[in-house]
Amino acid sequence: MRTFSYVSAPDVETALRAVAGEPNAKFLGGGTNLVDLMRENIERPDVVVDISRLPLTEVEELPGGGVRIGALVRNSALAAHPLIRTRYPVLSQAILCGASAQLRNMATVGGNLLQRTRCLYFYDGASACNKREPGSGCAAIGGFTRNHGVLGVSEHCIATHPSDLCVALAALDAEVEVESTRGTRRLPLSEFHRLPGSTPHVETALAPDELITAVELPAPVTERSRYRKVRDRASYAFALVSVAAALDVGDGTVTAVRLALGGVAPKPWRAVEAERVLLGAPATEEAFRTAAEAELAAATGQDGNTFKIELARRTIVATLRDLLSDGSAA
Amino acid sequence: MTQTLPRTHEPSVGKPVDRVDGTAKTTGAARFAAEYPYPGLAHAALVHATVSRGRITAIDTTEAAAIPGVITVLTHHNAPALKPPRRFNPLDLSTMASGTSVSYLNTDEVHWDGQPVAVVVAETLTAAREAAALVEVSYTTFASTVDFKAEEPNAEPQKGNLLMSGSAKKGDAEAALAKAPVRIEARFTTPPHHHNAIEPHATTAMWDGDRLTVHDGTQSIDWLRSHLALRFDVPVEGVRVLAPFVGGGFGGKANIWPGTILTVMAARATGRPVRLLLTREDVYRTVGGRTPSTQRVALGARTDGTLTALVHTSVTRTGRVGGNPEQVTSQSKHLYDAENILVRQNVVELDLISNTAMRAPGDSIGTASIDELAYELGMDPIELRMRNEPERNPIDGRRFANRKLREAYRLGAERFGWADRTPEPGSMRDGRWLVGMGVATAFHPAWQFLANVTVRLSVDGSVLVRCGFQEMGMGGATAQAQIAADALGVPVESVRVEYGDSSLPLSPAAGGSMQTASVASSVLTACEKLRRKLARLGRPGDDPAAALARAGVPSLEVSVGSDTRIGRLTGQVRFLSKLIRDQRRWMKAASGAQFCEVRVDPDTGETRVSRWTAAFDVGRVINAKTAVSQLRGGIVMGIGMALSEETLVDPRTGRIMNPGLGEYHVPVHADVPPIDVAYLDEPDPTMPLGLIGVGEVGITGAAAAIANAIHHATGRRIRELPITLDKLL
Repeated sequence: MRTFSYVSAPDVETALRAVAGEPNAKFLGGGTNLVDLMRENIERPDVVVDISRLPLTEVEELPGGGVRIGALVRNSALAAHPLIRTRYPVLSQAILCGASAQLRNMATVGGNLLQRTRCLYFYDGASACNKREPGSGCAAIGGFTRNHGVLGVSEHCIATHPSDLCVALAALDAEVEVESTRGTRRLPLSEFHRLPGSTPHVETALAPDELITAVELPAPVTERSRYRKVRDRASYAFALVSVAAALDVGDGTVTAVRLALGGVAPKPWRAVEAERVLLGAPATEEAFRTAAEAELAAATGQDGNTFKIELARRTIVATLRDLLSDGSAA
Repeated sequence: MTQTLPRTHEPSVGKPVDRVDGTAKTTGAARFAAEYPYPGLAHAALVHATVSRGRITAIDTTEAAAIPGVITVLTHHNAPALKPPRRFNPLDLSTMASGTSVSYLNTDEVHWDGQPVAVVVAETLTAAREAAALVEVSYTTFASTVDFKAEEPNAEPQKGNLLMSGSAKKGDAEAALAKAPVRIEARFTTPPHHHNAIEPHATTAMWDGDRLTVHDGTQSIDWLRSHLALRFDVPVEGVRVLAPFVGGGFGGKANIWPGTILTVMAARATGRPVRLLLTREDVYRTVGGRTPSTQRVALGARTDGTLTALVHTSVTRTGRVGGNPEQVTSQSKHLYDAENILVRQNVVELDLISNTAMRAPGDSIGTASIDELAYELGMDPIELRMRNEPERNPIDGRRFANRKLREAYRLGAERFGWADRTPEPGSMRDGRWLVGMGVATAFHPAWQFLANVTVRLSVDGSVLVRCGFQEMGMGGATAQAQIAADALGVPVESVRVEYGDSSLPLSPAAGGSMQTASVASSVLTACEKLRRKLARLGRPGDDPAAALARAGVPSLEVSVGSDTRIGRLTGQVRFLSKLIRDQRRWMKAASGAQFCEVRVDPDTGETRVSRWTAAFDVGRVINAKTAVSQLRGGIVMGIGMALSEETLVDPRTGRIMNPGLGEYHVPVHADVPPIDVAYLDEPDPTMPLGLIGVGEVGITGAAAAIANAIHHATGRRIRELPITLDKLL
């Protein structure tokens, strides 16, 4: 068996010291992705630092109506939390659309941000993959691309980020707090994940010695939000397309909107272009369609995933339409 | 004059008797092939080829061998010699046993992507798997043919044999088609599938000199036993195969695949008991699955719906290293009374692992074309089927042993509420959901093979039935206990059934929905013999145990069939002549009507099955609980076939890219609606107790019913399985 050293960290400081100067160290949270990847020989860390006992498990209300979520809050606990369910229904729904109850009981918020792609060729050691082996090529291009991206992809990598939770976080203007022995810093979620460009193996802005300690959400622009996930079976499948949306309407006009897409890009995709088009526009199906088309104008597909462009357009429109009727029914 | 023993107990046949192994399974007491502890047990792991055709130029095991705990790394350089598999011989069906024709680790040639090229044996499973990942293999690659779609035009006519006819025709179907006033013509495609039994294939093997004991998750202990004796060149009498519990097979454990052979080889080479539990990926790479298919269906009819022409042709694949052509056109010979019929099957051979049987090979897919014709004619699809319901087997005029499809349709339509359906596509809605209702015919031929049994009655009233059949979840032992109990007039609790051990009397494999009927026939004969003997011992009015007590006999045993070489051969000849006679005389089959309701999201094309009713003619049902469970399980598998299941074979490389349950989408609970299963429960007069197997008929027609329901919901005919949402956008 392959050996690695294992450190169980009682506090953040120990955890940070354990990885300082260890370029091939990994933090172990819920283990729902890392352990799989180790079994598949894709991740082969020299040091595994178990952070599951760190006291980062609180969901706290912030002054001003926001919320601070400890990096080790379990997915199921977060989805069930009253603050999240009432203020950020999109987040609760997104979590419950992901994985299975058993996995959600284990998986952590910090780990969810660091989930790796489910590209079939990334998982297959016999296939070329620039993410797994920089410079080896991309076997997905010209292969099975059903779960691949149509936005933000490059000729070196077309893999998608598989998270549901992160799509909701992207729509909610989340900030990520990270810590290392060098100190603490915060960055917006939108800058946390990187697009592949020519370096698809660099997936985030996180340095090797940095630990995610919390995710913070500002007060929601509206509590009228929802998550819609479209997939190949009713449960336990990654999104073909997902939409996280929040919508506020006054006098038939969009007064606030947040929109993010999953399953279509290498990162949780904040639909800034669609939001720009929608803000101040009439809250009509036609405007929703125009906004969706604006967002997807730059999308490019492969043989196996071009349908996602049309699917994303339809799902954006349907989700906004549902939010609109939620409001009128309320 | 024969005396009749009194019936002191309520008959148990037909009742929902709890399965006899239920407690063992739910408490974990049931032991599966990878759970047998042996002192000194070693663990094996496979290394797979990553090219589809080529030759190994170098294989470096240095790093692997250096992992602490590794006992040996077997490659073609150091593996013990294997005898080659035998050619097919109808007098010895075990010649069909081998999954492929390859002599594993006895050759440097690679025939498919996934072929095992090395086996690591180690003290622990983790050491074995870690070392397997470190074996470095270099290849020279050869040109290979792996793209089914591209090779389709090169398909050649399939040759028929005793068990499978190739092409068939009646009249001139193409000419009749050209003249028909109403015609439809459609092309269907279906993808490759894998079985995905909950228990991955596993083997534990131990040698003692030339004697071999093997625990294997197999559907066929007898085939496995003779095959291992052949490949390892040892006397068959010294080989014992045990498989008392098998965690599902669906055809994937009927043949013998490399994992089993290599475990036995590893045990031979190391002198240790060895266990190999395949990973899910190993199963995909080393066990065949269902072939993909391309099918053309053309129907010609008069305006009143009378079919004048039925053309059904297909292309399927086999591996260059083996596999039987799948009879995807088979139902077209039996379902509709067309005046002219043409059925043709073509096959391509590819450099992929052999295809193999998977639940209802040939019959599983069903055809949706009759529904298309019904719309063309403006007729109800059930009405059109009933108008063309044959009196005799359409292709050759044989009598049906028992055909109650009309009754099944009547029962199903009533329970489902078919009359509430408005036929216009897109005419039914539930909120935003488009609602559709579909129907299709289920059909699966009934077979019966040879089984030897012994039945023993003891003076304490207990009965022991011994037969080397297989239990992979169907409830076989429970059914045979019920049958023997009723035949002897004893309570079902007093009957114990021994099975799943090659030292027991010979039984056919679990496959083809024929095991229960085959074993039942012999159990009934044995019980009849036993009753005759008892009648000579006792007095009228005695119960069986009292009859023994009165005669001062501790137990009485009778047997049916003989396991000796001569006995087997005579049995085989007797079986074959009966098979041929029966095939000439009757068309025996299970059939039924599948009704389903689907909801399609008009925005996203997501399809959810919301309701299901199936009504079957499966002769007499032995166990109301396990039979319905089998039929329901088949329907669940049919839902997967219709909507989500597909093995992704990369056409550039021949490599399976979704070898796992994360990306091969079987239905999850949320995909499965409540399934109402009804059956007519009328005995088939030509079968033992009137029973017909229920293992496969449940899947047949299920996918077609869903495709028809989707058309009804959306107006779209999707002829490529699986019907994923992108096809409906």
